[in-house]
Amino acid sequence: MAQTAVPQEYKWWSGGKSPFNVSYGKLMMWYFLMSDAFTFGAFLISYGTIRFSQEYWPNPNHVFNAFPGAGHADLPLAFVSLMTFILIISSVTMVLAVHAGHNMDKKGVQKYMLWTILGGIAFLSCQAWEWTHLLTGYHEVLIDGKLTTLNTTVSHNPWGAHVEYNGQHVGTPGPVAFGGYFFGITGFHGFHVFSGVVINIIMYIMTTKDVFHNRGHYEMIEKAGLYWHFVDLVWVFVFLCFYLI
Amino acid sequence: MSNEAVLHAHAATGHAEHHEHHHHHESFITKYIFSQDHKMISKQFLVTGIVWAILGGLMSVLFRLQLGYPNETFPILEDILGKWAKGGKIQPEFYYALVTMHGTVLVFFVLTAGLSGTFSNLLIPLQCGARDMASPFLNMLSYWFFFISSIIMLSSFFIETGAASGGWTSYPPLSAIGDFSEGSKAGMDCWLISMALFIVSALLGGLNYIATVLNMRTKGLSMTKLPLTIWAFFFTAVLGVLSFPVLLSGAILLLFDRHLGTSFYLSDIFVSKTQTALPNEGGSAILYQHLFWFLGHPEVYIILLPAMGMASEIISTNSRKPIFGYMAMVGSLFAICILAFLVWAHHMFVTGLNPFLGAFFVLLTLLIAVPSAIKVFNWLTTLWKGNIRFTPAMLFAIGFVSLFISGGLTGIYLGNSALDYQLHDTYFVVAHFHIVMGVASMFGMFAGIYHWYPKMFGRHLNHTLGYIHFWVTICGAYLIFWPMHYQGLAGAPRRYYDISNWHFLKGFDGLNQFISTVALIVFATQLLFVFNYFFSMYKGRRLTTKNPWGSTTLEWTTPINPGHGNWPGEIPEVHRWAYDYSKDGRDFIPQTEPIGAEESHH
Repeated sequence: MAQTAVPQEYKWWSGGKSPFNVSYGKLMMWYFLMSDAFTFGAFLISYGTIRFSQEYWPNPNHVFNAFPGAGHADLPLAFVSLMTFILIISSVTMVLAVHAGHNMDKKGVQKYMLWTILGGIAFLSCQAWEWTHLLTGYHEVLIDGKLTTLNTTVSHNPWGAHVEYNGQHVGTPGPVAFGGYFFGITGFHGFHVFSGVVINIIMYIMTTKDVFHNRGHYEMIEKAGLYWHFVDLVWVFVFLCFYLI
Repeated sequence: MSNEAVLHAHAATGHAEHHEHHHHHESFITKYIFSQDHKMISKQFLVTGIVWAILGGLMSVLFRLQLGYPNETFPILEDILGKWAKGGKIQPEFYYALVTMHGTVLVFFVLTAGLSGTFSNLLIPLQCGARDMASPFLNMLSYWFFFISSIIMLSSFFIETGAASGGWTSYPPLSAIGDFSEGSKAGMDCWLISMALFIVSALLGGLNYIATVLNMRTKGLSMTKLPLTIWAFFFTAVLGVLSFPVLLSGAILLLFDRHLGTSFYLSDIFVSKTQTALPNEGGSAILYQHLFWFLGHPEVYIILLPAMGMASEIISTNSRKPIFGYMAMVGSLFAICILAFLVWAHHMFVTGLNPFLGAFFVLLTLLIAVPSAIKVFNWLTTLWKGNIRFTPAMLFAIGFVSLFISGGLTGIYLGNSALDYQLHDTYFVVAHFHIVMGVASMFGMFAGIYHWYPKMFGRHLNHTLGYIHFWVTICGAYLIFWPMHYQGLAGAPRRYYDISNWHFLKGFDGLNQFISTVALIVFATQLLFVFNYFFSMYKGRRLTTKNPWGSTTLEWTTPINPGHGNWPGEIPEVHRWAYDYSKDGRDFIPQTEPIGAEESHH
């Protein structure tokens, strides 16, 4: 980015200019992201509080071990790694779109925005598959001395501790908080990804209609990029808290 | 494209817009309804806030009737309220809905949106020397989100099962299960949805205030030359942007518990109405309290800081003296801002919180006394030997300081966990927060309205009515809330429908009637103010000069009725701080005047 040389004793805070040398829009986006970080922070801290007050918590390697088309193969965290990879790659294409914008390269912006949008949609599709898998997958558990089947929802959890029953290992119901927080927080994150995709589609349309070209800069792409990277960053924390720990 | 291009392009469009204003006619809708002019939006916030204040005040009059006269009936109430006042007596469900809504409305709709929304919008661009907010469009959206949120909250009163009635804090499990109370049915959903929209409004407003203060200050106006009002609004906005999202999280989880069967706050507790246990497992009702108070405590400073900022400005102007300890004032605002986030658990000492942990919250809570005391002493030393002009605004600003001291001192009692075990949920708490946060901030708001009314409408409010308004309100405030301290110390619990059943509280019957009577008189006096407000809009004494109070700040350099864009020509440049009063033999020196060669240092 071509920055004009700034004299040594330049008074940034003396008024008449932006002290951070950014437009108000970018400043507002940064503060919004800080605010949103507090929303996610509240969710994740609530999750931590409840999780560590439980006697037992399911092992994510057992819960998240399925892969579409792989049948009953035990592939711990393989699918979620793919999802994470897709989202991170979409952040890379977003950076390339912003870079193309700096060079006033409309074609480049269009190309990379399209890839970013596709990445977002791919991530959401993966999430839809994962949710469906959990919601429709029934597992045998022991309740009140009887074997029944349970799926993973906000009020059921088949991933409890294993016990000895008639000489075999069987599962018991786990803490229901698992499903509540998992669907609640990944859902809230997914909603952010969804709105990010919508914003990116609008940016793509505006680029196509030469709105930014006529304006003389592609700053809107940068602002959408800030939001997109933030959503990505939040996923890293969600990934850490739900899948790795 | 360079960053310079972006910044430059923006400045260029700003100029083009400004150029348009000279020959640009607005329709009624763009001027008065979907206005993007910060001055009009501030008036919209103020009028909506006034309507809410009347409704919220009326609610308190109704429940004070019950508290003061628990054994009487008022047939007229049944005519107006129908089944909610069967036989002329406020019904328990309605009483709880009134108490809940009174709190919600006054805290959020009047003292957050009505106070911060009005004066941040009016004064940030005017005192920073900006043509408008950073984003006038988002600013307009901020008002309309508030408006929709207001409509939803108001409509909850007309639901068959009534408005939310679980207290303004809406603690689960009471607020989570419809079987627990009528108000926890549809009314609670309205409350949650309305609050979610309100948070969006507060966020849009707050982002705008921050961006405007940081980015849009006029040439020469460094942060340390800002009037204290702007510092206060800035910190208020930062508090809001960082604390409201946590309430949003809490509200979303509560909505899920209510409707999706999750167990965030709920566990297998027994419901007497259905004689069954809830199907939920393992949730924590205390978790909600943590999330709520992480907003709830900063919220009291969101309410208080704008009042502090305006009181500083008004006291300095009307004492004809520079504010005492400007940097200490800014520093203590900052300290309050940081501490606001670190004390929330002092609302939760009796929830079973580990007393060892409580000790840290006691320490941090009591630390707030330090910046608060710095501010109080600075206001007093600003008044000291000042050439005081007792305008209505000045009286309300001094009243604010008085109430802040009185209410702040009882905060030191409540902040001690050992004392709080005794005082928690008694009328002592009611007295404390009404004086220090409620009435004090209302006084700050009144001070602001009396002081900046001429800038809003180009006319003065009637001063005689203003003096009556002040004296009745300040006397009334102390007469209502002072006795409540004694009731609280004696053990009278807050929120109860009827405390006259207990023998040990029998002695307070007369006092309760007295408090209710004063509350009615004070409420009537506020209507006098409302009359003054709307009457003066059309019939008030016209301004003959741009600067009626002899102020130094930039808003008084605009024309008497500034158009959209605020200054007809170039935006003035600032050369000095905002508090050059009685300096070098001059009454005041405006911020726009360059520093002379012979001038003394302040």
